[in-house]
Amino acid sequence: MYNAKYIIPGIIFFLALAFVPVVYNMGHQFEVTPELPKDQKDCVLPTQEMRDKHMQLLNEWRNEAVRDGNRIFVNAKGQKYVKSLTNTCMSCHPDKAKFCDRCHNTVGVAPYCWDCHNLTPDQKSPIPPVAQAAAGGH
Amino acid sequence: MKSNRREFLKLAAVSAMGIGAARLGFLGDAPAFAEGVPTVANFEEGLKAKHWGMAIHTAKMTPDMIAKCRKACHTEHNVPDIAGPKEIKWFWGANYEETFPTEHGHYLSEEVEHRQFPLLCNQCEAPMCVKVCPTQATFQRPDGIVMMDFHRCIGCRYCMAGCPFGARSFNFQDPRPFIKSFNPHFPTRMRGVVEKCNFCAERLAVGKLPVCVEAAEGALVFGDLSDEQSDIRKALREHFAIRRKPDAGTSPSVYYIL
Repeated sequence: MYNAKYIIPGIIFFLALAFVPVVYNMGHQFEVTPELPKDQKDCVLPTQEMRDKHMQLLNEWRNEAVRDGNRIFVNAKGQKYVKSLTNTCMSCHPDKAKFCDRCHNTVGVAPYCWDCHNLTPDQKSPIPPVAQAAAGGH
Repeated sequence: MKSNRREFLKLAAVSAMGIGAARLGFLGDAPAFAEGVPTVANFEEGLKAKHWGMAIHTAKMTPDMIAKCRKACHTEHNVPDIAGPKEIKWFWGANYEETFPTEHGHYLSEEVEHRQFPLLCNQCEAPMCVKVCPTQATFQRPDGIVMMDFHRCIGCRYCMAGCPFGARSFNFQDPRPFIKSFNPHFPTRMRGVVEKCNFCAERLAVGKLPVCVEAAEGALVFGDLSDEQSDIRKALREHFAIRRKPDAGTSPSVYYIL
C-alpha cells in the first residue's frame, strides 16, 4: 500500500471520531419520565401502548372524529372516552410542559398540535403566538 | 435630562413585565367556560339527520339580531376579530343586492331593499369547494354538512375561488392574538388555513342546535330537510323562500323566507 503511514492513522482517526457518540453514551440508560397524573391509574390504553403508539392513536382519533363523526373511543376493557386531545387527554395531563414536552424536547420532535389545539379545557385565553423557530418552523 | 431617561426606561421595563405577566393568564386553571367539558353521555345523544338545512325568517333578523348571532357564533368557534380585507367571518350580514345579486329586482319593496340578511356558509348539496379541494380537507358529510378538516388544509385557497358565496376566509396571520372572547373547548386555527361555518357540527354531535339558532330566538329554523314532518319543512311549506344564486348550481341548504 502506498502512503500507508498516512492512510491507516487517518482511517483510525476517522473511525474514532465516528464512534465518539456511541462510546460517550455507553452505559448511560436513555430514560425520560414525564409527570403522570396522581389521581388516575388508567389511561385510555395501557401505559406501554400509549408510549409507543400515542401518535397513531391521536391520528386515528382525529380522522374518525372529524371525518367520520365517530367521536367515542371504546378501549379493550369496554371503557368509553371522548376522542378529544384538549378535552380528554389534557384533562388528565394538564401540564403540557411536564408531560408532552419532556419527551418531545428530549427526542427532538415538534408536533404542531398546539398551533390550533388548546392546552387544557380550562384555559382562559388563547396561547400567545410562538416564534416560528420555537414552533418547529410551522 | 439624563436621569429622566433612566426613569423612563425603568418605567418602560416595569410596564413590559406587567404586560408579560398578564399574557401568562392562561396558566391559571379556574374554569373559564360556564359549560363543562362534553362527556361520552352527551356524545351518545347527538342529533342525526339525512340533510341538515336552515330556513331564515329574514324579517325577524334585524341588524341587532344578526350582530347577536354573529357574536354567539364567533365566540363559540374562536373566530378572530380582524377588521378590513383580512376579516375572518363565519356569520355576517349584507344588503339585498349583495345577498341576491341574481334576482335583479329593479323596483323592490323598500322594506326588503333596506333589509339586512344574515349570511353564512350555505352547506350546498353540490359544493364547489369540495370539488376543487386538492387535499379533501373540505368534504361533505352524509348528513349534508360541508365540513373542513383543518389538519389537511394546505391554504391553497382554491375553495375561496370556487365558493360563489364568499363564505370562506383565509388566515393571513396567526389568528390567536385577535380572538376577543375565547372558548377553550373549541380549537383555534393557525396561519395559512381557510375556515368557514361548519353548521355547528361539534354541537350537533352533543345533541345541541347550532349556536346561532339558539341565539336567534326562532328567527332561524334548523332541521332535517329530508323529513317532511320537521320544523324546517313546515316553515318552508308555509312561507315563500328563495336561495342565494341558484344559477351557480350548487343547491344551497340555506333558505331565505322573504
